[in-house]
Amino acid sequence: MSTVAETPATRTSKVVLEKTVVKSWKAPIALGIFSVIAIVLFGIFGRSGTTHFRISTPDDLIQIPDLHLPSDLTCWILAVVLVGLAALAAWRVQVAAKVPLWLTIIFTIIFLFAFLTWAAAGALIPIPGLLIGAVSLSVPLIFGALSGVICERTGVVNIAIEGQLLAGAFVSALVASVTRQPLAGLVAAMVAGVLVSFVLAAFAIKYIVDQIIVGVVLNVLVAGLTGFLFSKVLSPNETLLNNPPRFDRIDIPILGQIPIIGPVLFNQTIIVYIMYLTIAAVAYALFRTRWGLRTRSVGEHPHAADTVGIKVNAMRFWNVSLGGAIAGFGGAYFTLGSVGSFTKEMTAGAGFIALAAVIFGRWDPIRATLAGLLFGFATNLQSVLGVIGSPVPSQFMLMLPYVVTIFAVAGLVGMSRPPAADGKPYIK
Amino acid sequence: MKLELRGITKRFGTLVANDHIDLVVEPGEIHCLLGENGAGKSTLMNVLYGIYKADEGEILLDDKVQNFAGPGDAMAAGIGMVHQHFMLIPVFTVAENVMLGHEPTHFGGSLDLAKARAKVREISDRFGFDVDPDAVVEDLPVGVQQRVEIIKALSRDAHVLVFDEPTAVLTPQETDELMLIMKQLKETGTSIVFITHKLREVREVADRITVVRLGKVVGEAKPTASNEELASMMVGRAVELTIEKGKAKLGDPALVVEKLSVIDPIGQLVVNNISFDVKAGEIVAIAGVQGNGQTELVEAIMGLQPRVRGGISLDGRQLVGRTVREILDAGVGFVPEDRNVDGLVSEFSIAENLMLDRANGAPFAKFGSIQLQTLSDFSTEKLSEFDIRAQGIGTLAGNLSGGNQQKVVLARELSRELHLLVAAQPTRGLDVGSVEFVHTRIVEARDAGVPVLVVSTELDEVVALADRIAVMYRGGIVGIVPGDTPRDVLGLMMAGEAPRGSGKAA
Repeated sequence: MSTVAETPATRTSKVVLEKTVVKSWKAPIALGIFSVIAIVLFGIFGRSGTTHFRISTPDDLIQIPDLHLPSDLTCWILAVVLVGLAALAAWRVQVAAKVPLWLTIIFTIIFLFAFLTWAAAGALIPIPGLLIGAVSLSVPLIFGALSGVICERTGVVNIAIEGQLLAGAFVSALVASVTRQPLAGLVAAMVAGVLVSFVLAAFAIKYIVDQIIVGVVLNVLVAGLTGFLFSKVLSPNETLLNNPPRFDRIDIPILGQIPIIGPVLFNQTIIVYIMYLTIAAVAYALFRTRWGLRTRSVGEHPHAADTVGIKVNAMRFWNVSLGGAIAGFGGAYFTLGSVGSFTKEMTAGAGFIALAAVIFGRWDPIRATLAGLLFGFATNLQSVLGVIGSPVPSQFMLMLPYVVTIFAVAGLVGMSRPPAADGKPYIK
Repeated sequence: MKLELRGITKRFGTLVANDHIDLVVEPGEIHCLLGENGAGKSTLMNVLYGIYKADEGEILLDDKVQNFAGPGDAMAAGIGMVHQHFMLIPVFTVAENVMLGHEPTHFGGSLDLAKARAKVREISDRFGFDVDPDAVVEDLPVGVQQRVEIIKALSRDAHVLVFDEPTAVLTPQETDELMLIMKQLKETGTSIVFITHKLREVREVADRITVVRLGKVVGEAKPTASNEELASMMVGRAVELTIEKGKAKLGDPALVVEKLSVIDPIGQLVVNNISFDVKAGEIVAIAGVQGNGQTELVEAIMGLQPRVRGGISLDGRQLVGRTVREILDAGVGFVPEDRNVDGLVSEFSIAENLMLDRANGAPFAKFGSIQLQTLSDFSTEKLSEFDIRAQGIGTLAGNLSGGNQQKVVLARELSRELHLLVAAQPTRGLDVGSVEFVHTRIVEARDAGVPVLVVSTELDEVVALADRIAVMYRGGIVGIVPGDTPRDVLGLMMAGEAPRGSGKAA
């Protein structure tokens, strides 16, 4: 019999199976289609004139002059670059290599720039304005996505983000109007989100009802309830009940004067600053703390977590509640941060886009935040282009954020692996 | 630490899984709990570990009565468990897995990974495990994963260590190493409960043996007892451990697998360029430790794998690229490795399960409607022919015992005209009596001239059935050897070492 010391080294080394290459033409084909669109639309049906890009706001420390580009020529050059990138991707696949992520990102950015140059020929695009609006629209998406990340990492699919956002928006408007205290509105929004979560958690975890169904039903319930209360209670008493004080923007000295990112990131309401802290806190807590380790273990392999003494269902219950609080907080941004009053179904699907951001962000708080920003940008681009009068019909532009969502989730993420026990109830 | 179980009783509905079980494990003793699958061993250990609550009886550690509300309490009291299905989080590192549940932290709950790593290294060095604390568990071979489980238990100062069927996933060499580890642990004063149904292992390490049958302790045995004695205690009657098998009457090669590769979704070659054939009237067994490509090979033959390269031909007809239906129609009988997932619909009756893959035409269906009379006659006949113990043909498959379920699967597959029989893990989880039955049927099929491909991780089964043995390791075939090849040679092959000599004998 062999002794332990004689264990062949190969036994303890990693199992490495031989790899073969499955050529995936998905990426080059997608890039190819977009290059063709670029050539046809921006090149052949190009628009003459000059496109102006404004880069600085008047308050910036360093003023960068506006950029003036001849639309036609710029579009042609960019279209050729795009074709080159698509060809590069095709070549990579041909020699059995992967299409790197940076290539897709560069392609996207250049395509976007070409599109802007084309759509705004003869007009001016205020870059800071475009980005400020994008951040603004992303705030609820990011809070929703963080909520989704926590819930799904713990093993519960939170479809009810939409409902939690809406509940947060409604309650914060009501409470802030009555108390005249926006902070009270924020706290109330969190409570509202938690209450929605309690229902989700109780049904999904305790009574093992299908999580998707409970989530969808909750969304419909919250939409119905807030809609009813809005038209019967809030609307007749508009000034008293639906007139919340809004948070003022706080300009952070020095940081706020940095060109482009200063006004975009550091001249915002308190909700946005709290968002930065929340992102950092969730990212840190999830990967560096005892709570995070346990949360992830419960979402990956609840039985294993149970055998080391972790109370799986209690852990899930409180994490879903925490997720509800975060989403509810995000909902308050609709009423206390941007719009200023509650309107019926004002979240308009933001919760579902947040859910897409969770998947696009591969269940990682930082990536989900970036995905949220991307979706916010797409939404704002549509409205900015509407204002400056783009040649694309506005109905088509309205689809933009959703098209981006579909492309992002379906094509560009590639293989992503959700937590193994995501959406599966744990029954002892 | 001394462990004592007194009169443990656990019921699930009307089923009594444990019936007044008494067990004493002395400090520094390896105590084997021997019994068939379903005898109640695992239930008993789950009671001990606080996962189930006993209906009656008590657990004593060093003569103090314990009250476990959950696994956390059991662990705190010094009980550790190495589970049959490892309780490890695949995407976590070794250190993270070991620390989970009792994490060392800095202020504010942030993890102290350095401390956890040091702990893993310390235990790992103490036993010569050679485990890297930063390796991700899913990348590790099962043998190493098991060591991580042991480290996990030891890091909580376990004084009683329960090994639940630990050798099921190991190569014979890894099993030998585990035996050594157990002896090492025993030296340090740890009490060990070793649950198994493999007689050889019991006799090698046990200090005492307790045999369990149908939820009851049926007696104690000494490690010096013979295999036959232990087996008959376990089963309750005399058992034939070897089956009668005449010499194979070989025909032409029927199933020919040529340069077959199967590619998984992330581009790994889970089956890597293998070639072999199975002749008419021959049993070829694919041996190997679980997870070395056997499952994917079988799925490729059955047309269940999307990315297959190379050729699989049966009687000269190419099977690659055909649908499962076409492959079944070509006369391939299939006993899948997990009967509850792929073999049966547990909410269907025995009769419905018996026609499951033949429901699309005569004689069971005409003009789209099921011929109930034909089905009923057929099922009644098969029920007696295959000795399926059930109230009737209307009994739901899910309510049958494992052995009877497997008989239903066999009855279905063997009652067609077969040109090939593929049996994957045909006796997994079956009692000894059913194993005999299944083996006899497989040999009968062979003697009727059907080529048979058996895939098994149990060396006993491979040796009992095979005319030739192909050993798979990491997707490739290490070698194809005659059926009477000694076990130690097969064991080495299962660890990837090619047999001496040509390697492609027989």
